[in-house]
This record gives sequence, C-alpha cells and structure tokens, in this order.
Amino acid sequence: MPDGSFSHPQERQFNPYTENGGTILAIAGADFSVVAGDTRQSEGYSIQTRYAPKVFRLTDRAVLAVNGFAADGNMFVKKVKQRLEWYRHAHAKDMPLRAIARLIQTMLYAQRFFPYYVYNILGGIEEDGTGAVYSFDPVGSYEREACRAAGAAQALVQPFLDNQIYFKNQQAPVGSSHPVHLPLQDVLSIVIDSFTSATERHIEVGDGLEIYVIVAKGRSPQGLESIRNVQELSTNPEGDRVFVIRRELKKD
Amino acid sequence: MSWGRPRNDAVDMFNTYPLNQRAQHGHAHDNFAEGVQRTQQPIVTGTSVLAIKYKDGIMMAADTLASYGSLARFKNIQRLHAVGDTTVIGASGDMSDFQYLQGLLDELVTDEFTAGDGNALAPHEVHEYLARVLYARRSKMNPLWNALLVGGVRDGAPFLGYVDLLGTTYQASTLATGYGAHIALPLLRQAVETREDSLPEDEARRILTESMRVLFYRDARSLNKFQIAKVTAAGVDISEPIVLDTHWSFAEGIRGYGAQTQ
Repeated sequence: MPDGSFSHPQERQFNPYTENGGTILAIAGADFSVVAGDTRQSEGYSIQTRYAPKVFRLTDRAVLAVNGFAADGNMFVKKVKQRLEWYRHAHAKDMPLRAIARLIQTMLYAQRFFPYYVYNILGGIEEDGTGAVYSFDPVGSYEREACRAAGAAQALVQPFLDNQIYFKNQQAPVGSSHPVHLPLQDVLSIVIDSFTSATERHIEVGDGLEIYVIVAKGRSPQGLESIRNVQELSTNPEGDRVFVIRRELKKD
Repeated sequence: MSWGRPRNDAVDMFNTYPLNQRAQHGHAHDNFAEGVQRTQQPIVTGTSVLAIKYKDGIMMAADTLASYGSLARFKNIQRLHAVGDTTVIGASGDMSDFQYLQGLLDELVTDEFTAGDGNALAPHEVHEYLARVLYARRSKMNPLWNALLVGGVRDGAPFLGYVDLLGTTYQASTLATGYGAHIALPLLRQAVETREDSLPEDEARRILTESMRVLFYRDARSLNKFQIAKVTAAGVDISEPIVLDTHWSFAEGIRGYGAQTQ
C-alpha cells in the first residue's frame, strides 16, 4: 500500500489480559460505608469457581473491592496490603483512608504503560468519621463519591443507584426534600436488590454475595448484629468496626 | 526525537500510528535480541487434567498423551508430578514448559529439605509459588504456556487450586483444565459437590475414570491411557497407566460414521 500500512508483517501477539466477570459496588452513608461484591469468577462462558472473593479488608476502617482481570486484581491487593503493613511498621498506626486512596492512585499510575486491568472501589471511614467511597479507573484516575458500581453489571446497577441513592429523576413530595444520607438498613436493601437483579440479567454475576460494612467509631451498628450470617472482622470494638455479611445468589 | 530523519509519510512522528520509532541514545543495541524467541504458542501439548476432592483427600487424573498439533506424538508422557510428600501437580499445555517447572519445583523441594528445619512445602504454598512464577512470566510477555492443577493434603485439610499462563488462580472442590472444563467439569460437579467430605475412594476413582472415558470419546487430542494420582494423609500415590477398553459399535448407527443405509 502507498501509505506503508502493509510494509511490516503483522505478528500475532500473546495477550496478557483476560476478563473474569463479576460486579462490585460501594455506597457511603453518613457514618458508615458499605462495599460489596459477588463471588463468581468466570472466563468466557465457563464458571471457574463459585467462591473467589473480590472484596478485601485492608484496615479496621478501609475495605477494597477489585474487579476485572483477577490475576492483576489479586496481585494489586497483595501489593496494597504490603504497603499498608510497611506504613504500620513505620508510623505505628493504620494509614488514613484518603491516604490509601492516593496510594492506590500512585500505584495504578506507576503501571500506566502496562496497566493493572482492574477497576478499584475503596470504601471506609475518613478521619472525620464520615463514610466515604473512592472509585478508580485502571490507570489511577479517582474521585470521592457517595456510591459507585463497577464490573460486568455496572451498566445495570449504576443507573439503579443513581435513582435510589442520588434520587435522580425522582420528585420529592411537596414540602419535603430527599434525604442526603440513607440509614444502613435501607442501603443494605438496595445493595441486595442490586445484586439479585444483576444476577437475573447478567450471566457473569451470581453464586455468592459478600457485603462489608464499615461503621464509624462510637456509632451504632444500627441493628447490624441481628442480621443472619454477619461476622465482625475488626480487632477493636472501641474503634471503627468492620463487619461482613455473606449471602447466597442464584447459581444458574 | 527524530530530527534530521528523512520525511516519510508512512512514519508521521506527530501521529500515534504507526508508532514513531525514537532514536536510540546511550543504549547499546543488542545484536542478539532478534535471536531470542519467546513462547508465542505451545508446541508439544498435553490436554485436560481433572481433579476432585473426596473423603480422604484429593484425586487427580491426566492421560499420557503429548500431542504435536493434531499428531499423537508421544503416547507415554507422565503429566502428573509429585512435589514433596503432600502435593501433586497436573499439567496441560506446553510439555517443555511443564518440564522446566518440574525442575524448578524439584530444586525448591530440595532447598526446603536442606534447610533441615523439618518444614516441608504445603500444597497451598506450592500453588502460590507457581502462581507467582507464571504471573511474573506473563508480565514479561514471555509466558509459560500451561494450565496447572495443584492438589494435596496438609494437616487433614485438602487443597485444590488452578493456575494458568496468565497467572489467573482459583480454588474449588472440582477442577478441570482445557477441554475437560467444558465436557468433564459439569459431570464432576454433579457427582462431587456437597459430598466432598463423604465421597469414598472407590467412587471418586470411578467418577474420574468415567469422566476420562467421556473425554476420550469427545476430545480428539486425548488418549484412552491415563494415570490417577491420589493424595491422602498417607502421602502421594501416582498410579501406573490405566488403559480403558472402548466401544465404537454405536458408531455404526450414526449416519456419517458407519455404512450408509440410505
């Protein structure tokens, strides 16, 4: 060709990436944060396993959800945890949430030209005691938000959250206004509905659901302890507390 | 930058495609770089490996064929390999890459033994090691072209894990690689899931044998000769090759195989 586009032979190259399906989501409350993910891991039409966690406790006030290429995700979580351990040894305290968020952006951007093919959502409690959610793209762009869905069923879940959390396209009753923050019970219902719905309509979502709840220091867990299949993961009941709720999702 | 280079419409230095070649400064050009070949495709390959958990531990099966494309090149290659006394690995994919990994693991086991502290590698540690090696190699764009199953028992707890050329890992009570993940895995799941702790040895062996039979009938790169490895608290036991008798008389009735009747 005169433009030279065929002057070099095309070589088929090894593709170092794959997609492993699944969906993650996080919602921030006034004094709590919820981070959830399904536990199915798949490649193409094959379910590899029905239990591969995508949500990880980092500290007593930070939980990270990773979604995309599972091998990159596991490696990335491993490295974040290592950096947090080094911080703990250097400073004798846990890294604050907003610092973890910046650390994640730096670590992702460091791989700008061979990216971790992973979407990250970080949830937890800020130093001022407010619930926070940070979402990232694979190369480190990030922002603090009230809610975010990512992964295979992002297109199904995010519009639902926009409607239910941000009250988009909803008119408040005359003489009242939409609440700024929802109570924990309402948030948990929205999370569970999001995943049961995504499971119905997306083949890569299902099997199991893990919901991490991070409650600010000194705040009430709002009846969380009475929910079935709840387990506390935090080491200090006086500080910020982390709980995990495990539920089943449809396996077909 | 490319100042002073002849202007060429095929190399637009202000465009992203074709990627503009930058001049090399400081770096010595490696004359041998083009002579180094990286694995871009597997050559001599093994097909599926199957593994299940059962009452006493884990069981793994793989046939003894190493194919060269569609040619059944080597018909007596062992694809199950013991790592220490508690772990067995099964490999599909490139057999030379697998043999390299065998060397790596044997060295690792020896090093661990020489430390003399009485500690031996647990199955999940072997799995983690392989995952790190395979992920590191894929990150260098020079993969080890395998899908591996790692199984074993340590302190009464059975372990089954998968790792492949991308570094992807997962664990489950039934596992299969390659073609087996499509054809045998549904059979294994139906037979094993929820019964991992009660499944007796003879039934586990029967389930794997029948799955290997199904694979032989359907997978063109398989053989009716296979081995079964068993890992229990007593250690690793890899069987001698088992040869299945197969029946093809049904083919007579299938249009396109037997004599045509119409």
